[in-house]
Amino acid sequence: MEDILMKEAPAENGVEQKKPIRKMCFILSKAGLESVYACFIMANGARMEGIEAEIFFTFFGLDAVHKKRLEHLHIATVGNPGMHIPTLLGGLPGMESYASRMMRKQMEAMDLPTVHEFLDILSASGVQMYGCKLAADMFKITKDDLYEGIDSIITVGDFYQHAQGDGVHMIFV
Amino acid sequence: MEKIINGVTIKVNEEGYLTDFSQWNKSIAEEISKQEGVGELGPKHWEVLNFIQDQYKKSVPLTIRKIGASGVTDIKEFYALFPNGPLKKAAKIAGIPKPVGCI
Repeated sequence: MEDILMKEAPAENGVEQKKPIRKMCFILSKAGLESVYACFIMANGARMEGIEAEIFFTFFGLDAVHKKRLEHLHIATVGNPGMHIPTLLGGLPGMESYASRMMRKQMEAMDLPTVHEFLDILSASGVQMYGCKLAADMFKITKDDLYEGIDSIITVGDFYQHAQGDGVHMIFV
Repeated sequence: MEKIINGVTIKVNEEGYLTDFSQWNKSIAEEISKQEGVGELGPKHWEVLNFIQDQYKKSVPLTIRKIGASGVTDIKEFYALFPNGPLKKAAKIAGIPKPVGCI
């Protein structure tokens, strides 16, 4: 048991042999702008490093690829300590739209793409994207409702099949 | 650090990026391209490399999005031209510093 770590990273000439990351699998379960961008930036960053990347959109994460909703994603102003505003204020009418508008403006200033353009970039970069079957059934969403770069709607089991092999990492957002 | 490419001594950093762009020339680019596994550079490669160098001279940060909007190539083709980390490989071959952006 104590030897496992040593075996996995054999030292050669005193230099630790690093195993490359082959593939990053992301599960996006939320539609808040901060979650969606975190997931997209990391998937895109993986491709930029020559690492394969795949995103599985489930539950509210499906909104990020829902044709009618993806342009209208928000940032949560309630229950989000990072906003630094009191929960009661965050719940006032229009507050979430205002905060989301400000965030979109800031992202534009930083030359960050919109959600739709980002999806185009991911798709062109070879990121594989899938919808979750259970969530799609629950929300009565079909492939036609989703962004055209979505490969297909698959089950959790299918997703695990894609994650087989060495050097695969999975991240839940 | 120094590295000998085609019999010429070139200044590079630890990751192999040229530190003095004035030392760059096409035959050095061809050699780096082979070492990076990109192989022979065709006309399309050169169009992209010229665009990247042009952006560098204008101090525009290099991003995948900029490549997509370049009019020279699109993102899909860019990934096919410079496989396994296109932005970094293209920058190394073009003799410019490693791109520092996250997108």
